[in-house]
Amino acid sequence: MGTLELKDIHKSFGDVEVLKNIDLTVEEGEFIIFVGPSGCGKSTLLRIIAGLEDATSGDITIGGEVVNDRPPSKRGIAMVFQTYALYPHLTVRGNMSLGLKQDGAPKAEIKQRVEQACDMLSLDELIDRRPAEMSGGQRQRVAIGRAIVRKPKLFLFDEPLSNLDAALRVNTRLEIARLHRQLGATMVYVTHDQVEAMTLGDRIVVLNDTRVEQIGAPMELYNNPANIFVAGFIGSPKMNFIDAKLLGRDDATTIGIRPEHISLGGEGGDIEGTVSHIERLGGETNLYLECGDMGLISVRLFGAYDFNIDDKLSGKFEDGRAFKFDEAGMRII
Amino acid sequence: MSKATHSIPRSIAAHAVLSAYTILALFPVVVIVINSFKTRKAIFRHPLAFPDSESFSLIGYETVIKQGDLFLYFQNSLIVTVASLFFVLLFGAMAAFALAEYRFRGNTLMGLYLALGIMIPIRLGTVFILKIMVASGLVNTLTALVLIYTAQGLPLAVFILSEFMRQVSDDLKNAGRIDGLSEYRIFFVLVLPLVRPAMATVGVFTMIPIWNDLWFPLIIAPAEETKTITLGAQVFIGQFVTDWNAVLSALSLAIIPVMVLYLIFSRQLIRGITAGAVK
Ligand SMILES: Nc1ncnc2c1ncn2[C@@H]1O[C@H](COP(=O)(O)OP(=O)(O)OP(=O)(O)O)[C@@H](O)[C@H]1O
Ligand SMILES: [Mg+2]
Repeated sequence: MGTLELKDIHKSFGDVEVLKNIDLTVEEGEFIIFVGPSGCGKSTLLRIIAGLEDATSGDITIGGEVVNDRPPSKRGIAMVFQTYALYPHLTVRGNMSLGLKQDGAPKAEIKQRVEQACDMLSLDELIDRRPAEMSGGQRQRVAIGRAIVRKPKLFLFDEPLSNLDAALRVNTRLEIARLHRQLGATMVYVTHDQVEAMTLGDRIVVLNDTRVEQIGAPMELYNNPANIFVAGFIGSPKMNFIDAKLLGRDDATTIGIRPEHISLGGEGGDIEGTVSHIERLGGETNLYLECGDMGLISVRLFGAYDFNIDDKLSGKFEDGRAFKFDEAGMRII
Repeated sequence: MSKATHSIPRSIAAHAVLSAYTILALFPVVVIVINSFKTRKAIFRHPLAFPDSESFSLIGYETVIKQGDLFLYFQNSLIVTVASLFFVLLFGAMAAFALAEYRFRGNTLMGLYLALGIMIPIRLGTVFILKIMVASGLVNTLTALVLIYTAQGLPLAVFILSEFMRQVSDDLKNAGRIDGLSEYRIFFVLVLPLVRPAMATVGVFTMIPIWNDLWFPLIIAPAEETKTITLGAQVFIGQFVTDWNAVLSALSLAIIPVMVLYLIFSRQLIRGITAGAVK
C-alpha cells in the first residue's frame, strides 16, 4: 500500500478536460517527479492531491485513507509554492508556526519543531525577519521550513526552484535532496527542469496533454522511452528524430538518436552534413549539422573540439542506441 | 526621474496644466473660506479680496457656534458617514472576495448585477425608498441614511475591489488553506491587508458624496435631531434673508472632518491609484 494513491482521476474545467485517467501509486519515502510541457496539468494534479481543487471523478488516498472530502489542512500534506507564498505580515517564526497553531499543538512543541527546522535549513539568524527583508533563496528556504515543521505524510512541491537564479537553484536542489534523505518523507515534485527531474527523482511521471505518457525511474525513461514524446522530452539537448526512409530503413517510421550517441568521422556514417552552429561549453561541445532532408541534427561531444562552421562531417550512430518508432509514435522493440 | 526622460519645456507644460487645474479646483473652496472671515458688506463688495484689518470679522463663526445645534449636525454627519463607510468597505470587500475567489455558476452575472448600480443613480428610486422607510418606521432616523448610503456605495466598491482581489496571489491563499486557516481568516488576515490601497481609494470615493449629500437627509431625515451638517447649514439660508456669514462659516467648518478623513486615507490612496502602473 502506498503513501499516495490516485485512482482514475479526471478533471475538467467546464468543457475543457485537463486530466484523464490518472492512476498512480507512490510508495512510502519515494521521490516522485511530475514533468511535462506547460499547460499539461501538472499543477492541477498537484492541487487535486492537496485538496485545493476537487477532482471531477476518481479517488485520492493518502496514508491509506480516502481523502476526497477532506480539506487541505486535514490531509497530512504540506506544499511549497513557486512564489514562496509566505505570509507577509509574519516573521519566519510566525510563518513556520501558523499551521501548528491552527492544529492546536502545544507551544513548547511548536517552538522546538520550528527551531529544529531552522537548524536544518540554517535559518537561525533569520528567525525574526519578515519575508520582505529576505532574499529569494532565503524565502524559499523558509517556505520549505514551513512545510517541514508540519511533519506531513506527503510533501508537495510546485516548481519550487524556478524563481531562483542558477547558482541558488543548484544549492537549493542539493538541499532538497539532502532533506529527502534525512526525513525519509514521501515527496511529489513538479518541475520543468530536466536536471531536477533526473537528479532528484526516484521515479518520473511524464504528463502530456491530459494523459500520463510514462512512469519510470529516470534512467529507465532515458534508456527505454515508451514513445516518441517521452524520448523527445527526457534528455537535453533533445533527441534527434529522423524519417526512417531517409536512412534507408523500412522497419520503422521514425528513428530517434540522442545527440550524445552520434560519433563523428570515420567512413560509412549514417548521416552527413555541414556544421551550421557550434556551442562550446568547455566540458562538452554541441554541434548542429545541417543534413539536407533530415534537417538539423544535434551532436553532443565530450571535451573541446576544433570544428569550424561549414565543415563537412559524417556521423555514425552508436550500436544499439537508435530507437525505432511506429506511425503512431509508439516505440518498436 | 533621469535627465534622459526629462525635458524642461515638457516639464513646464506639465506643471502649467497641473497648476491651472489646481487653481480651478481650489477656487470655490478658497472663496468660501476667505469670505467666511469677512463682514457681510465686504463679502458683497469685494468677494475675491482677502480679509484685511477692516473687513475681518468672525461674526459668521459666532452665529454658527451660538446656534448650538450645529455640533449635533456634525455628529450626525460623522456617524452616518463613518457607519456607511464601514459597511460599504466590509460588505463590498466580502462580495468582491467571493466574486474573485470562488468559481460558481452565475459568477459573472452576479458581478454584473452587483456593478449595475454604478450606472443607475440611486436617486431614481427615491420615492420607493421613502415608501419603504415610512413602512418600516425608519423615517427621520440615521439608520435610514446609513442603509441608503451603504446601498449607494456598494456597487463601485464591489467593482473596484474584486478587480484588486483577483490580483492577490492564489498561492498565498492556498498556503493559508493548507495551514488550516478558515476562509474568514484568509480574507481578513491575508487578503485585506494586501488590498489596503484599493480599500482607501474606495473609501474616499464613497465618503465624499455621502458627506456632501443634501438630497436624502432632506427627504428621509429632515427632523431636527437627525439633520446632517449640509442640511443644517441650510437654516441660515432664508427665503428672504440669507445669513451669508453663517452659511460660509458653517460650510468652512464642514470641510474639516472630510479633510481629516481624507488625510487618513490619502497615503494609501496614492499607492492605490498608481498600483500596477509602477510595480
Ligand atoms: N481555474 C481554471 N479554470 C480553467 N482552466 C484552468 C484553470 N486552471 C488551470 N486551467 C487549465 O488547465 C490546464 C492545466 O493547467 P496547469 O496549471 O495544471 O498546467 P501546468 O502543467 O502546471 O503548466 P505550467 O508548467 O505552465 O505550470 C491549462 O490548460 C489551464 O489553462
Ligand atoms: Mg504549473
